[in-house]
Order: sequence, then C-alpha cells, then structure tokens
Amino acid sequence: MKGIVGRKVGMTQVFDPESGEVTAVTVIEAGPCPVVQVKSVETDGYDAVQLAFEPVPERKLTKPELGHLRKAGVAPHRHLVEMRGPSELAVGDTVTVESFQPGDRVTVSGISIGKGYQGTIKRHGFTRGPVSHGSHNIRKPGSIGASAFPSRVVKGMRMAGRMGGTRVSQRGLVVYEVDPERNLLLVKGSVPGPKSGIVEIREVSR
Amino acid sequence: MNTTIESLEQRHLRTDLPDFKAGDTVRVHFKVIEGNRQRIQVFEGICIKRQGSGFRETFTVRKQSFGVGVERTFPLHSPKIEKLEVVSIGDVRRAKLYYLRSRVGKKARVRELRQG
Repeated sequence: MKGIVGRKVGMTQVFDPESGEVTAVTVIEAGPCPVVQVKSVETDGYDAVQLAFEPVPERKLTKPELGHLRKAGVAPHRHLVEMRGPSELAVGDTVTVESFQPGDRVTVSGISIGKGYQGTIKRHGFTRGPVSHGSHNIRKPGSIGASAFPSRVVKGMRMAGRMGGTRVSQRGLVVYEVDPERNLLLVKGSVPGPKSGIVEIREVSR
Repeated sequence: MNTTIESLEQRHLRTDLPDFKAGDTVRVHFKVIEGNRQRIQVFEGICIKRQGSGFRETFTVRKQSFGVGVERTFPLHSPKIEKLEVVSIGDVRRAKLYYLRSRVGKKARVRELRQG
C-alpha cells in the first residue's frame, strides 16, 4: 500500500505542454513522512503502516505521544496516520512524494469544509416547493413519516442539520506532477477540505 | 501567506507578449491541433476585455465573420498562442467594450488613438 500524508496548499491551473489545454490541479505539500510503526496480522490483527507528518517542537506533544515516537527514533511530529495494507516499509524509513509518479491513480481523503447548520435542500438535495400562489412550503422538508403507525420518525430520516466537517474521500484522482525538491504533489481536480487542511493520499487499490 | 502556488505559476508566465488593452485590434496566432497535425490559425479582431489577473488572466477578441459577430476568449499565458500582434491601438473610455455587441456596421468601430 502506497500512501503519504500532506497538507492542501490550494488550487491553480496548468497548461499541458503538448496540447496546451488548461487543467485544474490541487497543490498538496506532502511528506516527508517517517514510518513510526509497522503493524502486522500476527501482532495487531491487521496490516498497516503508521506515518508521522509535520515536525513540531517537543513541548507541543504529550508524554505518551513523545514516548511512542521515541520508540521508533522519530522526531516529534504533529500527525500520525495509518495506511492499511501490507507494505515493504520498515520503522526508520521515510516516505516522500518520490514514491508517486505522474499518472498514478490515487484516492485523497480529508475533512470536508464545515458548512454549519443547513436545510434539506443544500444538505440532501431536496427540491423546493412553489414560491408563489400562496405557497408556504418553499424550503420545508415536507412529510417525515406517517401518523399512528409507526408513531415515530424512522431512523436515518434525512433532515436539516450540521453539514460538512466529515471525512470525505475522493477516488480516482490522477497525479499530474511530482516536485521532490519542495515536497509537492499536483493532483488533477479538486480534493476534500479547506486550504491548509490535512489530506491523506493513497494509491488506488484494485 | 503561502507562496507555493505563486511560484508554481511563475514558471509558466509569458513575458514575450506585447502590452495591449481593451480597444486594441490584435492578431492572435493560435495553434490548432487536428489529430496529429498542427497548424496556426490567425484570429484578428478588437480586444473587448481583459479579465482576471496573474496566471489566470484571459482576453476576449471580437470580430465580424461573414456578417456574424464572433468572440473568442484566450488564456493570456497559454502556450498555444504562437504570436500576438497589436495591429492598432484603440481610443476607448472603458475597460470592457460590451457595447460593441449591440452595434453593427460602421458604429461597431473603435477610434484609433492618435499618437502625440
């Protein structure tokens, strides 16, 4: 399993050098990520690699966090992310953007931008009612169930509420360019989350 | 502010194009790729707007083609622009010449700027 952790820098556009077509790309500053722990089926019940990202001063971390990193001989880092699946990596290795190549298909996961409390139209794509002829049902959700039976609202009923701020994965994105000097990954299309949000980039599993 | 994106865009900025503004008559030599063959297409007309800034800037050229108004928008920094010539400098009072769209014939002209 190939994966790396990064920070979304923002979006821009690039011209294809051959065709001159404009492509929208997201710039991600990813890695270098030292390997902190390698989990295996025998010891942990599943295969995974734990990666650290973004160095911080020692005082920013708690003692348990520091102890965990010290065991692997890794400097203090702010984020720890697990990449599931078997891997040849060992503790002490460092994952950089060089493990990706232009043209690779990746899945990018992040925490989506929080939208706050939203109605059913924006949150679930409901249609709105008529706006004229005395209608008072413009953005209302409509019926949420029957009456005497079942005498309750069915679980999972789509209603208004907090939107965004949840983990979202965008699958099948294509790596456009890799810049090992500045630890940059350019990915075609958009990526979940705000600018400077943490994103996890994984190779597409087949 | 993170300047990573600016530095990425900086690489592809074109500095070889002449200065021009809305109202100028320009001749755009644009690369057209047809299958595996490529040729240069010339599009000449009045630049009616320049929009956006930096790497994302575009400009729109309007011309009359067989009595029909044709507008084409080009990314300013596109590598497909082979050459850009300023044919004449127009004397206009606005940055966006949308009023040309509603005019036909002699009224759809732009006065040329008198030098000196």
